[in-house]
Amino acid sequence: MYTLKLTSPNESCSLKLGAKIGEQVEAGDVLALWGELGSGKTLFARGIARGMRVPPQVPITSPTFTIINEYEGRLRLYHLDLYRLTTLDELETLPWREVIFGAGVAVIEWPDRMGGLLPDKRWDITFEFLDDDRRSITLAAHGGREQARLARLARELTEITQL
Amino acid sequence: MLILGIETSCDETAAAVVEDGRRIRSDVIASQIAVHSPYGGVVPELASRKHVEAILPVIAQALDEAGITGRELDAVAVTQGPGLVGALLVGLSAAKALAYALDRPLVAVNHLEGHMHAAFLEREPLAEPFVCLVVSGGHTALYRVDPDGESHLLGSTRDDAAGEAFDKVAKLLDLGYPGGVVIDRLAAQGNPQAITFPKAYLDQSSLEFSFSGLKTAVANFVRRFGVPSICGGTGSYCLEDLAASFQEAVVEVLVSKTVKAANFCGVSDVAAVGGVAANSRLRQRLHEEAVYHRFDLHLPPLRFCTDNAVMIAAAAHTVWRRSGFCRNLLELDAFSRWF
Repeated sequence: MYTLKLTSPNESCSLKLGAKIGEQVEAGDVLALWGELGSGKTLFARGIARGMRVPPQVPITSPTFTIINEYEGRLRLYHLDLYRLTTLDELETLPWREVIFGAGVAVIEWPDRMGGLLPDKRWDITFEFLDDDRRSITLAAHGGREQARLARLARELTEITQL
Repeated sequence: MLILGIETSCDETAAAVVEDGRRIRSDVIASQIAVHSPYGGVVPELASRKHVEAILPVIAQALDEAGITGRELDAVAVTQGPGLVGALLVGLSAAKALAYALDRPLVAVNHLEGHMHAAFLEREPLAEPFVCLVVSGGHTALYRVDPDGESHLLGSTRDDAAGEAFDKVAKLLDLGYPGGVVIDRLAAQGNPQAITFPKAYLDQSSLEFSFSGLKTAVANFVRRFGVPSICGGTGSYCLEDLAASFQEAVVEVLVSKTVKAANFCGVSDVAAVGGVAANSRLRQRLHEEAVYHRFDLHLPPLRFCTDNAVMIAAAAHTVWRRSGFCRNLLELDAFSRWF
């Protein structure tokens, strides 16, 4: 596992970090976003969407209610929020396999709700409060190729936090 | 004209019979049997298979309570979206089968247009355009609605829906679900000016909303001070004040943007619909502004704020008059998003 720990000073930086990731994602990527309520997961997902060239006039809203939001960028983006799921059973009522194993990119909030069904080959992005505005954002890549990709991105991502 | 309405867009399995778009002949909601709260459902039961189990008995009960058989229906109406596709498909499939078997037309209804009709049940519809705030767990948006029911989006949330903010703040405060009801009750005992939370008006002319920052502000507050105890306990803040202050931040933005939209559109009628339209502070503040700005306010009765099938059957009447029945009923598909 390759890990990169960043400190984002504000929302605007978190959006830029997300956008940088969005520029680099490939078909089939799964990004699991971990963190408490209000830690910035949906905001980061919005950055990813912009980086994937989902048009700016398309609002990237919280998928808490809809569970899955789909967007068309340079690849199809599935934005999932499993917050409302209480059992794995309920996951089976959603088209989660085509979302995760399809040709799009899956960004998953509250991935803990998937338990063992969360794919091994993925990126984990963990958000922690440092204070009201600052967030610790830790990226961890699982799988050989994913690790190399994240390592290649490390310098650019770090530079964004230092702007 | 008797229309059976079917609604399965989210957590509720509902069916109702409405006559001429206004008179309620029956009204059945599956989850209401277990839980009597204006926000409905203790646990968000999103499994489509729950809808599958409930849909036929609910339809049968709706016909039974209306005192009619399927043959006496003039049309079948169903929510086509927006909502959870898996959930929508259950109602849609049942409606198609019923319409096909009875040889009756099918009317596909937009869930949000349904909500808008909840404010005008058992009465004459408006002859003039009005502004409608649709505010629930999944939606927060302002529309200008024409007398034929056609609606035009004026602005919607950029991030979280207002009802979602209520639910998530309730979660942060360990208040349980449904959060809106609990916060409403606590807030009634609290001081809305006790804590200053950010009110996201965005720019002056904007009719868009943003509630994500408010949610984060409450999360920050709880990280710093912990979850406050109820008034009279220890600590410098009390739970009622926190609930009231949060609620005020949501309500003030909703109310001010609704008034702004009414002025912008030059209408003299305003409606607020959806689950959060059951919030007592929102209703009170809208009433105050209606008196001050001299517009007529239209709010659904509490039980028709949350999802129900009466509003779908009522809206179907309008949809049918505007655009007729659905032509290829078997090809009708569900939409997760509509506007």
